[in-house]
Amino acid sequence: MLTIKNLHAELEEEGKQILKGVDLSVEAGKVHAIMGPNGSGKSTLSYVLSGRDGYSVTDGSATLLGADILHMEPQERAAAGLFLAFQYPVEIPGVGNMTFLRTALNSQRKLRGEDEVSAAEFLKLVREKAKTLKIDAEMLKRPVNVGFSGGEKKRNEILQMAMLEPKMCILDETDSGLDVDAMKLVSDGVNALRDAGRGFLLITHYQRLLDHIKPDVVHIMSDGRIIKTGGPELALEVEKNGYADLLAEVA
Amino acid sequence: MALAQARIDLTEARIAALELPHGANWANEARHTALTRLRAMGLPTARDEYWKYTKPAELTVVDAPKAALFDPGADRRVFEDIDRLKIVFLDGVFDAAQSDDLSLEGLEISRLSDVLKTDIHWAMDLYGHLETHGQDPVARPLAALNTAFATDGIVIRATGRVSKPVSLIYLHQSETSDAVLHHLIRVEEGAEMTLLEQGPAAARFNKCIEVDLALTARFHHICAQGRDHARRAVTHSFVRVAEAAQYKSFTLTCNGVLTRNEHVIDIVGDNAVAHVAGAALGDGKRAEFHHDDTVFVTHRGEDCESRQVFKKVLRNGASGVFQGKILVTPSAQKTDGYQISQALLLDDDSTFLAKPELEIYADDVKCSHGSTTGAIDEEALFYLRSRGVDHSSATDLLVLAFLAEAIDEIEDDTLRADILLQLELWLARRRG
Ligand SMILES: Nc1ncnc2c1ncn2[C@@H]1O[C@H](COP(=O)(O)OP(=O)(O)OP(=O)(O)O)[C@@H](O)[C@H]1O
Ligand SMILES: [Mg+2]
Repeated sequence: MLTIKNLHAELEEEGKQILKGVDLSVEAGKVHAIMGPNGSGKSTLSYVLSGRDGYSVTDGSATLLGADILHMEPQERAAAGLFLAFQYPVEIPGVGNMTFLRTALNSQRKLRGEDEVSAAEFLKLVREKAKTLKIDAEMLKRPVNVGFSGGEKKRNEILQMAMLEPKMCILDETDSGLDVDAMKLVSDGVNALRDAGRGFLLITHYQRLLDHIKPDVVHIMSDGRIIKTGGPELALEVEKNGYADLLAEVA
Repeated sequence: MALAQARIDLTEARIAALELPHGANWANEARHTALTRLRAMGLPTARDEYWKYTKPAELTVVDAPKAALFDPGADRRVFEDIDRLKIVFLDGVFDAAQSDDLSLEGLEISRLSDVLKTDIHWAMDLYGHLETHGQDPVARPLAALNTAFATDGIVIRATGRVSKPVSLIYLHQSETSDAVLHHLIRVEEGAEMTLLEQGPAAARFNKCIEVDLALTARFHHICAQGRDHARRAVTHSFVRVAEAAQYKSFTLTCNGVLTRNEHVIDIVGDNAVAHVAGAALGDGKRAEFHHDDTVFVTHRGEDCESRQVFKKVLRNGASGVFQGKILVTPSAQKTDGYQISQALLLDDDSTFLAKPELEIYADDVKCSHGSTTGAIDEEALFYLRSRGVDHSSATDLLVLAFLAEAIDEIEDDTLRADILLQLELWLARRRG
């Protein structure tokens, strides 16, 4: 599904190297998790993959279903099936959540050469998905993320994911800021989307999320590299002992 | 103070090229006094403080600068689905054949050219009166010129609630037309009406409208200044708002080499409301774009509310100006005044200049004003793109979001949707 090879990236302005050779493959149907100390480059990886300005790839490659995504525009990557749930979802005053969702959905479909979804179909779809995430009609009417609580913003990300039905989902700390019930809702939302044709990459600091969304593979990232890859037990180890031992191991 | 010779020459040259129409005694007198006012002030020049940011030369020169005609083809026309009473002016000349009958329940509608020939008419207490009043404390010579030389216009008296809007449609088919129109509106106690205006009117257009709102009267004014590129326009709206009356105005300007829209609003009664809003979109790619909103709101009554909401979206060297003032006189306690002027600059070539002013002589008032100039929010842009929206559509969405506060000043849902659609189409035509 997603294949990252020897990915090097630096901050365009500062010329500071952040990703120093990331190797990672997520297979269709699998859930991978990335853990790692603050500042190790997890969010940067997600931004570089989704095409945010300000980074330059200096070496390596990333492909989604065989297609080189690093040379695509962000919207083309989205249309190709990539989705990033942001660590810090952006507020867009003046743009209604519904307009945002419908525009996104139809833009992707158009880019893929598919028919647009009718207003009625869209409404039905969004109501149904919003309901399972306990997002009420009032929240849908509000401008995108404006005045949303931290947890509401994260649920809104999952709603977008559910609507857009991407093939490869990257979730950057979607668990942070969620209360216990919201964690359950979000996890259920993710689990509902798990299927043989879809891959997940969960960036998280906590085992808690992984109790709800069982990962197949866990990676540890440090200083711009994946330093260790293992099964779910790796996350438990981090939970128990922190990163010190792991870092010492590779040093 | 004596005027500089250059200004006198400029003014006299312009006057010499115009013809003073002849009518009823009161009308002749109104025109003559306007001419005297004009001579005393002289036409504006680039040296005037009030014209610091907008060059008046093309508005004062004898011959209207030639304006290439613009063909909108089969594109949707603004307000086309709105049920309305249509009144058409072709290059500033009333076009009876294309206009509806000037009759509508709750309204008395006449042509200004007829009214000014009528010996006794209610309009004698309005024509040039609000304009004269609006000359203080800031001179508006082009409005005095209008009163002196206006060839025609529409005179409306509203006496009840009117079922549909009156729609002035300005068509432009001559590259050199130079139109001077003057409209008079009197909305009587408890009456309510909507006036729509659309189109460029002429190669050069000098429009003046005087609006007199009686007790509890309501007037909605929505103006779309056409899509012509080469045209020049100067407009003045003089509005008097009596007790508990409401004035609400919105202007959409897409394209136009030169536009100067002046609003002079005098709130004389208590508990009255006056809102003026505008959205201007300029793209200097095809032709120059310069847009100036100049607003002067005077509060005299108690407990009144005024809002000025002006937004501009500028690109490819377009320029925008806002000069807005709220004057609160000593009698205007509990005034609630709001003023915002904002520009969204889509590149580094475009410019916005703002001069917001507050002058307050009452102690118990709430007034706020703000002005910002900004670029598109890159974070929001990326967020949209990461969801599959292409760069230009994402930009347009953010542009519409930016304009929303001004557009939301249009109270009527249908008219608001109509303007919004027109805006979306304008943006879509410019998409990459
Ligand atoms: N725009 C930027 N300017 C300067 N430094 C940056 C910028 N973006 C990222 N960095 C730096 O790059 C490094 C990696 O940051 P990144 O956000 O990818 O870390 P992370 O692993 O997601 O951390 P966290 O767990 O705290 O979310 C950090 O040292 C950060 O300070
Ligand atoms: Mg991060």
